[in-house]
Amino acid sequence: MSAINRIRGAFAPPRKGETFELRAGLVSQYAYERKEAIQKTIMAMTLGKDVSALFPDVLKNIATSDLDQKKLVYLYLMNYAKSHPDLCILAVNTFVQDSEDPNPLIRALAIRTMGCIRVDKMIDYMEEPLRKTLRDESPYVRKTAAICVAKLFDLNPTMCIENGFLETLQDMIGDPNPMVVANSVQALSEIHETAPETRALVLTPATLKKLLMALNECTEWGRVTILTTLAEYTAHDVKESEHICERVAPQFQHVNPSVVLAAVKVVFTHMKALNPKTVGAYLKKMAPPLVTLIASAPEVQYVALRNIDLLLQANPDILSKELRVFFCKYNDPPYVKLQKLEIMVRIANDKNFDQLLSELKEYALEVDMDFVRRAVKAIGQVAIKIEAASEKCVNALLDLISTKVNYVVQEVIVVIKDILRKYPGYEGVIPTLCKYIDELDEPNARGALIWIVGEYAEKINNADEILEGFVEGFLEEFTQTQLQILTAVVKLFLKKPSNTQGLVQKVLQQATADNDNPDIRDRAYIYWRLLSGDLDVAKSIILSQKPAITTTVTSLPPVLLEQLLSELSTLASVYHKPPESFVGKGRFGADEIQRAAIQEQRQNAAENPIAASVAAAAKGGQQNNVENLLDIDFDGGAPASAEHGGGVGTPDRFGSPANVGGLPGTPPQPSGGMADIMGLFDAPPPMPSASAATSPAAAGGMGDMMSSFAGMDLSGTSAPPPPGQQLGHPTSQTPPKSGGGSEDLLGLF
Amino acid sequence: MASAIFFLDLKGKTLLARNYRGDIPMSAVEKFPILLSEAEEESSAVPPCFSHEGINYLYIRHNNLYLLALTKRNTNAAEILLFLHKIVEVFTEYFKALEEESIRDNFVIIYELLDEMMDFGYPQTTESKILQEYITQESHKLEIQARPPIAVTNAVSWRSEGIRYRKNEVFLDVIESLNLLVSANGNVLRSEILGAIKMKCYLSGMPELRLGLNDKVMFETTGRTTRGKAIEMEDVKFHQCVRLSRFENDRTISFIPPDGEFELMSYRLNTQVKPLIWVECVVESHSGSRIEYMLKARAQFKRRSTANNVEIIVPVPDDADTPRFRTNVGSVHYAPEKSAIVWKIKQFGGGKEFLMRAELGLPSVRGDDEHGGGMTGGFGGSMGGVGAPGKGAKRPIQVKFEIPYFTTSGIQVRYLKITEPKLQYPSLPWVRYITQSGDIAVRLPDAV
Repeated sequence: MSAINRIRGAFAPPRKGETFELRAGLVSQYAYERKEAIQKTIMAMTLGKDVSALFPDVLKNIATSDLDQKKLVYLYLMNYAKSHPDLCILAVNTFVQDSEDPNPLIRALAIRTMGCIRVDKMIDYMEEPLRKTLRDESPYVRKTAAICVAKLFDLNPTMCIENGFLETLQDMIGDPNPMVVANSVQALSEIHETAPETRALVLTPATLKKLLMALNECTEWGRVTILTTLAEYTAHDVKESEHICERVAPQFQHVNPSVVLAAVKVVFTHMKALNPKTVGAYLKKMAPPLVTLIASAPEVQYVALRNIDLLLQANPDILSKELRVFFCKYNDPPYVKLQKLEIMVRIANDKNFDQLLSELKEYALEVDMDFVRRAVKAIGQVAIKIEAASEKCVNALLDLISTKVNYVVQEVIVVIKDILRKYPGYEGVIPTLCKYIDELDEPNARGALIWIVGEYAEKINNADEILEGFVEGFLEEFTQTQLQILTAVVKLFLKKPSNTQGLVQKVLQQATADNDNPDIRDRAYIYWRLLSGDLDVAKSIILSQKPAITTTVTSLPPVLLEQLLSELSTLASVYHKPPESFVGKGRFGADEIQRAAIQEQRQNAAENPIAASVAAAAKGGQQNNVENLLDIDFDGGAPASAEHGGGVGTPDRFGSPANVGGLPGTPPQPSGGMADIMGLFDAPPPMPSASAATSPAAAGGMGDMMSSFAGMDLSGTSAPPPPGQQLGHPTSQTPPKSGGGSEDLLGLF
Repeated sequence: MASAIFFLDLKGKTLLARNYRGDIPMSAVEKFPILLSEAEEESSAVPPCFSHEGINYLYIRHNNLYLLALTKRNTNAAEILLFLHKIVEVFTEYFKALEEESIRDNFVIIYELLDEMMDFGYPQTTESKILQEYITQESHKLEIQARPPIAVTNAVSWRSEGIRYRKNEVFLDVIESLNLLVSANGNVLRSEILGAIKMKCYLSGMPELRLGLNDKVMFETTGRTTRGKAIEMEDVKFHQCVRLSRFENDRTISFIPPDGEFELMSYRLNTQVKPLIWVECVVESHSGSRIEYMLKARAQFKRRSTANNVEIIVPVPDDADTPRFRTNVGSVHYAPEKSAIVWKIKQFGGGKEFLMRAELGLPSVRGDDEHGGGMTGGFGGSMGGVGAPGKGAKRPIQVKFEIPYFTTSGIQVRYLKITEPKLQYPSLPWVRYITQSGDIAVRLPDAV
């Protein structure tokens, strides 16, 4: 729909051209000409042309016995009703008549369309037809009417409740026809979700029985609906949970993957009440269907893989024998490949790592850069996860580095840095790494190498030369690399004070005097002060023993994981973010988007001269279309959105971490560094409680300087799926503002 | 739940759209191509669903089309993506092929179908056989108006009543496809049998069918002693006509079949299988100007069986030229559009072994690459950027074949009982077995 077309339409009188011809056709005395004209009108509509000016003429053709033509006119009505709300009333009669037609197809069509014409006038006339069709003898009509209740509720909840439609729907859960049951449940569940106070869908043991009955006879989509509802049901006792699991488990064998996922969700939720032995049996039963999902269409596979990832975080062993299934096919889409890698690392154990490693080495020689990097990273994750595998992994990494492919080398260095944090014994590889110093152009890789040089300064003969080179170009480096240089030089000085004093002074000078980044300046001042005092104290702080890292595989905080497991198969479980974070708020909130949708239609109408005149005549300018025309800006509701955003205090999805955390005066990027100076993020997020406990205590305020790597972790290695976790990180410094954030935090420690 | 469904061309222009809920601005679709290309710049892995400014985009690609669903809720992603695939399936049955042209030519019926398949964003009837009974392009020619078939909402939503055949027949095809991943040194990394039982059903009335297989679990649960081999299926998936709870109870496969062709069930076996056609390959590169492939193929199945239409596809550097081949059986040709050589053998007897040698020239400029002409082990070498699906990936050797009257798993149909209580007709079941190559990939060794 190009705006130009619309504007042109507004100024040119519709007396000639296509519109004129169509109009002539629509009022022709010959039926076939009229039908042809309607088809052409719909065609024009499909192509995005605005044919709303023909509304009155199309409307004349609504009373017809030709089913196809009727469908087209109805379709037209749905599309343009908003622009001619007052003319719609002319169609009401036909709708009411059609809803009593002897042919169920027409009755259903009428009620379905009425619900889609989102005009107040139409709603007033819906009551009777809807009441009748809900009790229609044809299940086809009933199932259509059931959905129509949800449509009506969306438009006018009060009317829906006052007329007792909700009760009728609740009765319809007992309908003999499974599809009617499914649609009634669907409608009720939507109403319940939008307006929980209606308590539209509250399952009782009696309705539960009905749902379980209908489950076996439903269409695939009906099953998804019923299963989703069952997953949200809170069982009264163990027996009931047992019963639900028993009845739902056969659905694992359904051919539709979304039915399988929905069934997995139900069993996974309800089996928690059962005894461990039964739980084990169900988990075992779940594995083969989950594996079969990997053979579905790639998009569906992706959803399945993201869900399997969640299931594995909760139950790491369920697929431990199925590693091979996740091997990447050469023609898998990249998004599937990356996800498979994630899962393979999760499944890795000391029995299958050999297999996995040889596969990863293969992947690291592919050509897709993202995939190769991820494969290299996976090798490192396996090394840190499984001690027995570490030597083979390090050798594999050394093989890879010898390929001299730039991005492989960089990734390998980052990975080896992490390996050294767990197994300092592999220091023998350092000379090899140092050979590639000139190849590194990414801040992550440079930082990693510099950290290694600082950490092992006493064992690297030319450490001072290497660092000198970096100090030369200190001011040109990225912040995170600068931080590393700073720390490494200080470590070097403490380890080899003899001839490095000049160097350390130079770097401190540059970091404080020539640099305007507060993070770097602050850190440099702290070091400076430490170094000007007792050097032994400085040593004991800066060179102290660091706790070994336990894993570099990112996991979700337990609270979030728990929440996402109850959302299996939904978008939240695919994004690995709580629904609140992407179901927009404020300007992008559901209400706001709906408002924008309505606004869009109004605007279309306003630009249409006929509609404008009709509306103006009818409403006496009270709801002025000119106003609408001026009010094109969808963000017009600024006050409203401000109220949403500020009042509720929900973290804006697009807010940078710094904004969420609210650290005054901290530029967004280095806020991670600020956080890590307090030493809280000494390790990657999923820190087991034992070592987490040591970190704040032992490290205290200075912890960071001892292992300045944590800062890097935040921004680099463990960069999680953004918002969900970002919430967790930076907010920790200030009282978390949102409920979600604080929960995440609790999960973190 | 989807708020709206769009059909877009590859540039992101809307060809046809259906707004189901009116709760999102339809103009949001204009952002889709922009968001997609932004995401593609960021990473090669763009997932099939993403969120932007409170609107979620879920899409699939089919031929020269994008099918896109928009929603603002935390919707069931698996369901919607599958529904989009289902649209493709149904439309393909209606219009032979679903592409830009067929959307333009059939918009009237597409609107009708979209109306019937989804209501207020919730999937409804997607069974194309049933849809075809009441949504047809010629309905206006009929004297009587179409009515919704009872089947639409029936518990048996896949079969209409009153079907009549003079001769009552059922054809069962047991088709197994073998997926294999073999490493360059000949280890089988992954093997999997994907089986399917397809039926062609020409039966009158509402027949009740019961299918018996040599299913190990079934023998165990019924305590029957096995005569002959029983197979252990890892996972079984059934057409919606099969009573799942009965299968759960006593592993009985009982159902009222749809009319005509359909897939009754599919199953998966993880048993380690040896490659039925074993391929060994040695690659030799001569100072970067010439490359030689030596292939050995061996049929590792019983002498009585024969593999038909065997094709062995070996990827070669995409700038190779002047191919020369030598083989003792079949034909070899160079397919530059696929950057591969294809060795075809019409019939490959069990236990036989054949050889093939191929030699190709390479442009002389590549001499400086030390990775054997850069075709296998290299990065961004000539193996990359080739062919559409394998773009950027190291391509393996692919093997294709078909072996009739043979199943790898040893699955057998023990019986198919057909009863129609009202009509009581005699009927004939026919069974065929066939094994096909699925996705068979043998990784290419590095050149020596």
